[in-house]
Amino acid sequence: MKVELRVNGISRTADVEPRKTLLDTLRENFLLNGAHAGCEHGVCGACTVLIDGEPVRSCLMFAAQADGYEITTIEGLAPAPGELSVIQDAFCETHGLQCGYCTPGMILSAHALLQHTHTPSREEIVEAISGNICRCTGYGQIVEAVQFAADRLQKSSILRPEQVRRGHDAPKEGSLDAAKTGAPAEIVR
Amino acid sequence: MTVAPSTFRFVSSNRRVREDRRFVAGQGRYVADIALEGMLHVAVLPSQHPSAKIVSIDASAALAMPGVHYVLTGDELAGATDQLMNGLDTPHVKRFPLAVGQTRYAGEWVAAVVAETRAQAEDATEKLRVVYEPLPFVLKAEEALRPDSPPVHPPHRSNVLLDKLFVWGEVDRHFAESPRHLSFRVTWGRNSTVPIETFGVAAAWDPWRDMLDVWASIQMPKYPDQIARALRIPANNVRVHHDVDVGGSYGVKRGIKQSVLVAHLARRVGRPVRFIEDRLENMRSGDAHGPDRIFDVDVAFNDDGIVKSMKIRALDNAGAYAGRAPFQLGKPIGAIVGPYKIESVQYRAQSVTTNKAMQEAVRGFGQAPTNYAIETAIDKVAAAVGLPRIEVRRRNFIRKEEFPYLIPSGSTYDSGDYHTVVEKVFKHADFEAMERERDRLRASGMLAGIGIAACLEPSGGNSSFEPLLNEKNTTTTWMDSCRINVDALGFVTVTIHTTSSGQGHETLVGTVIGEVLQIDPDMIRVVRPDTLACLPSNSPVGSRMAIMLGGAAFHAAQKLKTKLARIAAHQFGCGEDEVTFAASAASDKTGRSLNWAELVNIAHRNYHLLPQDMEPGLETTHVMQVPTGNKLPENGRVQMYPCHSFEFHLVLLTIDPDLGKPEIKRYVIGHDCGVVINPHIVRGMTLGGIAHGLGATLLEEFVYDEQGHLITQSFMDYLLPSSHEMPEVEIVHHCTPSPHTVFGQKGSGESGYLGSPAAISSAINDAVSPLGISFNKLPIRISAIGDAIADAQQNKTKESAP
Repeated sequence: MKVELRVNGISRTADVEPRKTLLDTLRENFLLNGAHAGCEHGVCGACTVLIDGEPVRSCLMFAAQADGYEITTIEGLAPAPGELSVIQDAFCETHGLQCGYCTPGMILSAHALLQHTHTPSREEIVEAISGNICRCTGYGQIVEAVQFAADRLQKSSILRPEQVRRGHDAPKEGSLDAAKTGAPAEIVR
Repeated sequence: MTVAPSTFRFVSSNRRVREDRRFVAGQGRYVADIALEGMLHVAVLPSQHPSAKIVSIDASAALAMPGVHYVLTGDELAGATDQLMNGLDTPHVKRFPLAVGQTRYAGEWVAAVVAETRAQAEDATEKLRVVYEPLPFVLKAEEALRPDSPPVHPPHRSNVLLDKLFVWGEVDRHFAESPRHLSFRVTWGRNSTVPIETFGVAAAWDPWRDMLDVWASIQMPKYPDQIARALRIPANNVRVHHDVDVGGSYGVKRGIKQSVLVAHLARRVGRPVRFIEDRLENMRSGDAHGPDRIFDVDVAFNDDGIVKSMKIRALDNAGAYAGRAPFQLGKPIGAIVGPYKIESVQYRAQSVTTNKAMQEAVRGFGQAPTNYAIETAIDKVAAAVGLPRIEVRRRNFIRKEEFPYLIPSGSTYDSGDYHTVVEKVFKHADFEAMERERDRLRASGMLAGIGIAACLEPSGGNSSFEPLLNEKNTTTTWMDSCRINVDALGFVTVTIHTTSSGQGHETLVGTVIGEVLQIDPDMIRVVRPDTLACLPSNSPVGSRMAIMLGGAAFHAAQKLKTKLARIAAHQFGCGEDEVTFAASAASDKTGRSLNWAELVNIAHRNYHLLPQDMEPGLETTHVMQVPTGNKLPENGRVQMYPCHSFEFHLVLLTIDPDLGKPEIKRYVIGHDCGVVINPHIVRGMTLGGIAHGLGATLLEEFVYDEQGHLITQSFMDYLLPSSHEMPEVEIVHHCTPSPHTVFGQKGSGESGYLGSPAAISSAINDAVSPLGISFNKLPIRISAIGDAIADAQQNKTKESAP
């Protein structure tokens, strides 16, 4: 069957079996290898992608089900070839990874958290990444990476991609007080 | 040569890990990302029986399925290949990638299907018709020891793979003279490292070049040799590509059976073939379980808590095949007394086959289970003599001034300062406040306990346990290598000869060579040639790369520096020893100087300016022998690893008495691995090791039911620690340099894991001690804790009833 998927802002079509998962489709049809198969039963989170900005297990979703949604993979985060996003750079700064296998999913979960929670507590970070199993790091340097990224994003004048895309929608409810940073005012200007 | 710490410019500095960039962008290159032109895919059929004769396999319906190219059975494979390597001298324990004639554990692969897609191959396995004749089976190690147990390998005539008794020192006399003895049993449950990436391998055979190309998620010494032997082809017809990122290993990524299977299929069908295990295949039949071990321990000590002697019997359930796993009983011999001055030890190492999946090497190679047994012994001695657990440790610790210290089993510990590390941890944690906090928690109705563990991480990865457990094996080297090439424009490219599985080796060699040559490490390119272009390496096993690869890189860089100094001395007309090398330039006492570009130019273009007999170009290599590892065992004694890192764990834990759920309130570790080359990497290893040990202690076990089926075969029943289970860990550093290494570094790849099971179980046992109960088997699951607490409380109520 034919599916049309919007991946990292670009519409792409693929001819897939109805039983083909979104994960396999991203990897095999679109050669987006950043999402990884870990358990293929929805526990480890290595296959995490963002669907309309929220983390989803791409191993538990058929490609056909993703039709019509905005899909973001790790390949969609780097602003330019060879250039890292603030969160990706923060993972390098604290060495929040080792083998790198869980890392794309971990970074996407962190990215989703920091889109709507700009000053996350340690508990909020732990909760946000708790669906991503990392066997290498024991999570310490990952939590530090997210804290570091949150801090840098707070202080940075770089707009978050979501803020650019969604304009005045961002930041969403439950996040920091918009008036405090002045960032949203810049977006709508 | 050893460099004084004060002169370091890059070593020990908090520099970024260069590997991280590609991974955070999703640009790692894992085996599942390797897509070869015309590649076919494999699925395997698992056995439904723990032990059964294979009467017949009918593949006709499977072969008729869409996309199917081939069905391979064990009989065909056994005819075309030689058996996979055994570590021990057990020639009748034969292993092939598919079951031959008989299945030996439930889930063992019986046949393999090759198809256009993995989905088609999986569909076709369901159409294979196998007739089995079930046979008796054995699951428990103690039953397998009995002569009348059903033999897993009938030609071997017994299930005993190894039964070796070592007596180091005057054990009988020390036991007879010691006023106090105690005995106990602890059990280490079968778990493993379970990387998030399963094992995978792709292979292509080129009949016109006689070349087998292999891409694999591998971390194994002598991998291409083993493939070549099994396939009966020359080793230089096997080319393993090292530019494959490995998605976690921690020891187990040694898929030789998968590799031989896929390589054979690639030759047979004439197309590239890839096999990526799914999670079930990985956990049930990837042959990657870890030690499954019973310890019976006797301790001889006195009223002051001084431990004089120990008898340890370790009985390991190896599973269905031998492989290299029984050596995991040998490596702990190198630190069999832990950090303690125990004068004599009797050690009986027993390994038996059973109808469970096969074992592979797991982080620490048997050391973590052994440390759990030793630390449990020290806790029990403390309880017996009525002294604090830490006091008994202090009294038995080897003292700083006693190094180098020869232990009874033949290893000399290089250096250490255990008392100081403990003092630093106690001061950092405010131990007395921690005790008060425990007592406050107890008073509030919780169960609360403090756990303590001290242990060693032998590092530098030698393989002395091989000749120690198998006299036919005469291995006395476990080298690693590095090559440096400076091109004609002066840029430095370094080769290392193994895969990446998260330990940051590119960062390691960049840092070391940058330090020696005084150039920015980020300017150094590090590459991983395929095995045909490689120098000898034994891969990152046995916590060895900081020592062995770091050492090889250091010596290669020193050779390069020497060559540059000779070139400069020749221009200056002075002696080499009069040339100094700083800031990438060579100068003499008179102030004459040649910078890097000038030196490179002479080496590459001006043969007429080179000293006589010097080769042009700028290339050096170093193949490094393991420090101290130069002898075969004598009288059951041998120097195992060269370096010995130390770790001291301190844990405060509570248990909700109604739920039985343990929660770690505070975790402090003191860590001494000598001079740290990259602090980020060492810290990550330690934290990850603690998490891995936490899993082994509280969550993870491969459980078999009475019928011999694995019942924890998904991540919903084999639980890995998540960010919720893992506490914030405080690390207290100490540095006791090793005299055997170039910067004073020791290993850290197994740190954390080697002591956290002992520490966490010690905390649980302290927490439940007021109830008069204890746990002597890992993992200690919530359900076990809850049940034991309920029983204890019920018994107390009964006792107190009139």
